[in-house]
Amino acid sequence: MTPVVLTFYLFAIACIAGGLFTVISRNPVHSVLWLILSFLSAAGLFVLLGAEFVAMLLIIVYVGAVAVLFLFVVMMLDVDFAELKAEMARYMPLALLIGVVILMQLAMAFGVWTTADGVAMADRPDAVAGLGDHNTDALGRVLYDKYFLLFQLAGLILLVAMVGAIVLTLRHRTYVKRQDVLAQMYRDPAKAMELKDIKPGQGL
Amino acid sequence: MIGLEHYLIVAATLFVIGIFGIFLNRKNVIILLMSIELMLLAVNINLVAFSAYLGDITGQVFTLFVLTVAAAEAAIGLAILVCFFRNRGTIDVEDVNVMKG
Repeated sequence: MTPVVLTFYLFAIACIAGGLFTVISRNPVHSVLWLILSFLSAAGLFVLLGAEFVAMLLIIVYVGAVAVLFLFVVMMLDVDFAELKAEMARYMPLALLIGVVILMQLAMAFGVWTTADGVAMADRPDAVAGLGDHNTDALGRVLYDKYFLLFQLAGLILLVAMVGAIVLTLRHRTYVKRQDVLAQMYRDPAKAMELKDIKPGQGL
Repeated sequence: MIGLEHYLIVAATLFVIGIFGIFLNRKNVIILLMSIELMLLAVNINLVAFSAYLGDITGQVFTLFVLTVAAAEAAIGLAILVCFFRNRGTIDVEDVNVMKG
């Protein structure tokens, strides 16, 4: 058993175990942590395949952004999760049935699967495909050239998602005093102060 | 020697776990969103594995786009969840029936 094979099985088992414990864990904080384990193991699998850039992106985007977002939401919401989990046993038979059926369908599709004529399947992974010096180079050559429009559209999707998330969660509290810049600028001495002539020895 | 089939089996298992999680946690929206992330991760593993073994970089490009959409979906989904929790005080999916009429 070579180190590559050993590493593959380590990452594969960690990935699947992480996914499984994500869905059956009782505490949602533990779920998020198992999800992070699953993402990290998948990144390890990508490195084994030679796709280093996607692997690092997976760590940065999924672990650094998405999982932390989940963690924030889980910890901010004051939900009684024990109550939500109480009915899990009721759904278990149906969930197992559907899971097994879909697994069987995938296995059946896998059994009759062949490559098309003229397609050469390599023995070992090659994530550079002769396009550059390394994986990131090759990916950049394709992404910024052939798929440039899709790349821009992906940026647009992220912009729309950001605006949508802000609009959905922004609250205007009426009792908070805010600075009104225009009101400050439109003030002038005539409106803001009043001169009074005070006689000596008398008050106002 | 690790072949394409090994990666496909890992991806298929992860995908089925995602579907299993959706049916198992019918009430908890947060775990539902995590299950969707798991399914998208399985798709990503498939795309990268085929890309590497076919020697075609396009699969990895599409992995980037799947990653983008997954991040956007998580952000919007969690924003809706926070909004819903503020209004109703619960995240039970079965309570989402305001528009039932």
